[in-house]
Amino acid sequence: MSMIENSNGRFDAIVIGASAGGVEAIAALLPALSPQLQAAVFIVIHQPRERPSLLVDILKDRCVLPVQEAQDKEMVQRGRVYVAPPDYHLLLDTGPQLALSVDEPVEYSRPSIDVLFESAADLYAERLLGIILTGGNQDGAAGLAAVHREGGTTIVQSPEDAQIPHMPEAALKRHPADYVLPLEQMTRLLHTLDRSTT
Amino acid sequence: MPLRNFDIEMQLLIEAIYLKYHFDFRSYARSSLKRRLTAALGRLGCTTLSQLQDRILHEPTSFTALLDYLTVQVSDMFRDPSYFRSIREKIVPILRTYPSLKIWIAGCSTGEEVYSLAILLREESLLERSLIYATDINAQALEQAQAGIYEAERVPGFTENHRKSGAHTSLSDYYTAAYGKAVFDKSLRRHIVFSDHSLATDSVFAEVQLVSCRNVLIYFNRDLQDRALGLFSDALCHKGFLGLGSKESLRFSRHSRSFADFAHLDRLYQRQDGP
Repeated sequence: MSMIENSNGRFDAIVIGASAGGVEAIAALLPALSPQLQAAVFIVIHQPRERPSLLVDILKDRCVLPVQEAQDKEMVQRGRVYVAPPDYHLLLDTGPQLALSVDEPVEYSRPSIDVLFESAADLYAERLLGIILTGGNQDGAAGLAAVHREGGTTIVQSPEDAQIPHMPEAALKRHPADYVLPLEQMTRLLHTLDRSTT
Repeated sequence: MPLRNFDIEMQLLIEAIYLKYHFDFRSYARSSLKRRLTAALGRLGCTTLSQLQDRILHEPTSFTALLDYLTVQVSDMFRDPSYFRSIREKIVPILRTYPSLKIWIAGCSTGEEVYSLAILLREESLLERSLIYATDINAQALEQAQAGIYEAERVPGFTENHRKSGAHTSLSDYYTAAYGKAVFDKSLRRHIVFSDHSLATDSVFAEVQLVSCRNVLIYFNRDLQDRALGLFSDALCHKGFLGLGSKESLRFSRHSRSFADFAHLDRLYQRQDGP
């Protein structure tokens, strides 16, 4: 794990994708993020379309960083957590700037993890960290492969640790990740990002 | 970082489309355009955008196919039912005070929203004195909109949305089902004018009391958003209404002061005397 441990300021962005069981998994990860985090964080969790987004409220309480729903055309700020709104894809544009779309669902999903990861990979290349967590479909597999292709770092939750293993399995089947970790170790690893070692 | 080939090719292609066909994608949000172009490449059997550019310059039919990938937006009837409920409960009472009504649905694509509003107006006994302008840049989408025929399998979703919009009639009063399709009532169409119009290059064509333009502006960059909002502001009568998509707002626009919040959560705004 030393590669990430010695890499303060290495990432400009972290993208996280999850489906079934994802709220709990992400709620477990977020407390690990440093208040000095240099990266912006973007999250897609599949949710039912109708539900008013309580997600931001749930995650807010778990995180020292500001958490908000992603707004179209908003400029990205470092050290901020952006959550894709239900029923919209979240993409990143040069700026960097947030962009939303109502293009067709991908892998039956909108927001789609693939859409976020592919556009983030395109923009951030090797300065991107991509994380796939628990879930019951294969959204995210193509996206994580794109993160890898553009030189970014990839982490997948170990399938045996995931509440629903299908999504991590699909991602690993498509491409081996740089790290395959249970949540607890992932938390420790994220904890080391942008923290002074003293 | 040096520009990638895809970005260079994309810029050239957009310019070529503008020069040859006068469709202006130069101010569209790049990320979505890129996704759509990537999808189109595969479907149109090209490996690079340069190849696609060659093709569309020399074969106009290929351009028509590409245009569908770039512009067609599948929506639902009564998408976001609370938007229609707000129009019904808060705006209709004000619209009733006008002897005749003009409504502009900008970027109507295949027409789902047009029929939704037409049905709502009929339910509220306003359709007979209304004229709906339904505009889009894609002629094929407009033809589909004009036909008013949708896959029957989509109708249960439409019906559910319609019910949630505060309807007092049944959606089935407005279509006939045949051969797996739902054909919407021709009498609705008597009050609709379908027309080719570009928010990027055309100007205002009528004074209207309501503009509905949902999930169109998110595909534009801020400059083009401003241009479109300027058109809406010019088209609307004093105290007229503007409806946007549930994640669109006037927050970043220089026209924000020409509008006041009317039903904030449903993204309904009212034209006011602005600076």
